[in-house]
Amino acid sequence: MTERLIAGLLQSVLLVFMAPMLAGIIKKIKARFQMRKGPGIFQPYLDLYKYLQKESVVSYHASWIFLVTPYIYLGAVLAASTMIPAVFTGSLLSYTGDAILIIYLFALGRFFLTLAGLDAGSSFGGMASSREMAVSSMAEPVMILSLFTLAVNTGTINLTGIVSAVAEAGPAALTPAHLMSFAALFMVALAETGRIPVDNPDTHLELTMIHEGMLLEYSGKPLAVLTLGAAVKQLLIYSLLANAFFPWGIATEMSVEALALGTVVYLAKVVLIGAIVAVVETSFAKMRLFKVPELLLGSFLLGFLGLMSKYLFGGS
Amino acid sequence: MANLLFITVGLPLLGGLLSLVTHRNPKTSIFWGFTCSGIAALAGLVLGLIVLFTGLPVHFDLPWSVFNIPLGFTAGPLSAFFLAVISIVNLAVSVFSFGYVKEYVGKHNIGLLGLLYNLFIFSMAALVVSDNALMFLFFWEMMSLTSYFLVVYDHQSCHVRRAGFIYIIMTHIGTLFIFLAFLLMYREAGGFSFSQFTAVGHDLPIKLKTIIFLLVTVGFGTKAGIVPLHIWLPRAHPAAPSNVSAVMSGVMIKTAVFGFIKVVIEIMGGGPVWWGILILILGSISALLGVMYALMEHDIKRLLAYHSVENIGIIMIGLGVSIIFLGVGNNRLAMLGLVAGLFHVLNHALFKGLLFLAAGSVHFSTRTRDIEKLGGLLKKMPWTGFFFLIGAVAISAIPPFNGFVSEWLTFQSLLMLGTDSASPLLNILGPLCAALLALTGALAATCFVKAFGIQFLALPRSENAEQAREVPVSMRLGMGILALLCFLFGIGPVIVISLLNSVTTALLGVETLSLLSGYRWLNVTSMLGTGTGISPISLLVVLGVGILLIFTLLRTVGKAGTTRMDETWNCGMELSPRMEYSATSFSKPIRIIFRKLFQPKREIHKEYNLEPYFTSSISYKGSIKPVFEQAIYRPLTRISIKIADKIRILQSGSVHLYLAYIAVTLVVLLIFAR
Repeated sequence: MTERLIAGLLQSVLLVFMAPMLAGIIKKIKARFQMRKGPGIFQPYLDLYKYLQKESVVSYHASWIFLVTPYIYLGAVLAASTMIPAVFTGSLLSYTGDAILIIYLFALGRFFLTLAGLDAGSSFGGMASSREMAVSSMAEPVMILSLFTLAVNTGTINLTGIVSAVAEAGPAALTPAHLMSFAALFMVALAETGRIPVDNPDTHLELTMIHEGMLLEYSGKPLAVLTLGAAVKQLLIYSLLANAFFPWGIATEMSVEALALGTVVYLAKVVLIGAIVAVVETSFAKMRLFKVPELLLGSFLLGFLGLMSKYLFGGS
Repeated sequence: MANLLFITVGLPLLGGLLSLVTHRNPKTSIFWGFTCSGIAALAGLVLGLIVLFTGLPVHFDLPWSVFNIPLGFTAGPLSAFFLAVISIVNLAVSVFSFGYVKEYVGKHNIGLLGLLYNLFIFSMAALVVSDNALMFLFFWEMMSLTSYFLVVYDHQSCHVRRAGFIYIIMTHIGTLFIFLAFLLMYREAGGFSFSQFTAVGHDLPIKLKTIIFLLVTVGFGTKAGIVPLHIWLPRAHPAAPSNVSAVMSGVMIKTAVFGFIKVVIEIMGGGPVWWGILILILGSISALLGVMYALMEHDIKRLLAYHSVENIGIIMIGLGVSIIFLGVGNNRLAMLGLVAGLFHVLNHALFKGLLFLAAGSVHFSTRTRDIEKLGGLLKKMPWTGFFFLIGAVAISAIPPFNGFVSEWLTFQSLLMLGTDSASPLLNILGPLCAALLALTGALAATCFVKAFGIQFLALPRSENAEQAREVPVSMRLGMGILALLCFLFGIGPVIVISLLNSVTTALLGVETLSLLSGYRWLNVTSMLGTGTGISPISLLVVLGVGILLIFTLLRTVGKAGTTRMDETWNCGMELSPRMEYSATSFSKPIRIIFRKLFQPKREIHKEYNLEPYFTSSISYKGSIKPVFEQAIYRPLTRISIKIADKIRILQSGSVHLYLAYIAVTLVVLLIFAR
């Protein structure tokens, strides 16, 4: 009981500390693809450190929503990090680790972040909030559909349950339904983490921005909190992709060897997904905003086909 | 116990009369009217809770009868649950009204408002505890009429009268169907009492059952506002005074859910699987279309009214799953759907009541319902803003508030549909409806970011918004009660689940507690599948600890966090309210994504000083196509007018001819109805 709690907390700490590095790694790989040297993979930590030293400027027009949003955003992401199976299954809080709860915890953070975008009265923030809500509205059904396709096998939407069931099934779990759901969720993950072709994480250009636009009014410490929050959320979504669909290697028992192996395998999986994202980001251009729904509709249809194929081809 | 029932039902009558008698003195009139309804609400709440805890029905006989049919009230578990829901909202609204009704002093007759409000409450309370179908129909009609008069209370406005007209027509069409359903059951049961109905209800021939089911779906569906029978709802609810809108949207439409559950599940004990599928699909469509049309509104009360359509849809999803599993004969899983639906009934009453009261408060101090004219209210009205935010978070199904729990339960029941039913159709339907529900939830969140952000954040967009003031204490208290309950049931959902225990035991013979509550009531765990759970309390603790940790870390790490106040960055120009994002622009991406549905139109007129560079003025007009009105209701109205034209030939105006008609009818009746 205690060791589960401690292991769970350590896992959350690992997730939080790893998150900026993953962002750095993706940047580095992208830079390499573009024949640049690029900043080091620890640059995001230095950025966070820099933000922490700066003064924070708050608009006259902003209300308390603007002030509390960074805390709620990162808090929600932290709460989600305690529930996601990353290195091992069955952390103490994982009985509350219902996939629906995790999706709605992200929604809590997003709700306040979009309000904060509107709070200062600038049209940049409003534009970004409006786009963020529209894109995530289209993304949410795909997430639920693909997770439900997985869940139907095990009869539970609890991530620990899903992960254990897929891990037990072995290669037999790799049905067409499984792979199609993964592809659908991967496309959505690009949208949820603000990646090309949906959003461009590297720019503040008002024509393209979604996520960055909402952060435009933030500076100093609150900006550090929000940047860290976005990085952790990205890592969590990649962990979800990695472990719900390819859980092999995850520690299912509480022994040092299993945990060590679990950590290594987990990091390798997440970095691999990061690398794939970097490839996607370099090989695609950003889409026009109103082409994005078509992409997401495509991923929805893919997820739906996955669900149908489950009953057409049988399988697990 | 019977006394409590007597107070609950009787006191509003007294309050209404006292309020009417003292109408010359608005203060006393308000006092009598809303004190009585408030006390009745307390009594109803206590009574409801007692019945739900013990599971024993309370009965109360009236000393007289009509057509030899004894009249009486019985509060069984299902009635008690709805009575408790009605009472909670009524209590908060009564407290709220002490301050709010002052807005109408000098403009309208306050005594009349007090009377109508109390009669409205009376009819709803009496409706859910009615013993027989005749009383049910009587109070149903009374509820419709009093609410009609409340809708047209502000009758000087042409819009209000028109809204009332559509409302009364639609509600009577609905009542007609319910009438037919009850008459069909009367023919089989040989009496009007619900106990007689229940005695024969289970064993009716399947054809008759289906006819009754379809009749009550249309009848109660009209009142509940499921698509496409919803068109009256976004018109009528906003037209009424806000305290009445809160009751109409929060509770009145729930009486239809009550009637539906009573007839379909309690009396008939469910039916074939396709009934459930029909309800499930109707529910999903209502939920989705309700929220989409809500997104296009910028009249805050119309927006909220469309959200009622959405939430009724979510309730119907739970009920649909319940009926599907009843049809299969799996009562344990049917319980899950029923609990999800009933929990959402309570939740929607709480947060929708809260939101309507908050919208009323905003109207009270700014005199406008158009959110495009508001802005920056959070600083002027901190309490109202805070309460509206709680309502907004709760209705968007965001943890740790109550809306999340019932939506989670609905998701669970849909998952069960995916796993535990044999037919592939249902297996696919479950996840698909879950995806639609997720879309609905996300769009609802979008809509409430818009509603809260545009009304309460940034700069005021008009003079009225700039001069807004916080509302009186009684109004804040009324909202506070509901906001507190939204939070309480969000972190302690097992309270509600344990109260529903007696309801599901009575209806389905399955207990909720053993199947849904986990370790020491801390979490809600569905023991039905492999088991998954949420624990809102530990989530709250984790959230709290996390936020505290971030806060203290930020205090210690880095330079001593200096904060400077400055102007918003606006590319070097001075920020004015006209540059802000408006509600219309906020919902533009959604309008474009779903343009096939909305078919938006816009007209832009520009005037130039020097074409085409210097624009002196721009006017913008945008609208969406009212699909249902044009596709369904216009043709129907046209046909009925045509038929009426044909029938008019009969009415020549000659009394002799009319007498002849009577004679002919009499003869025909004598021949056929011996």
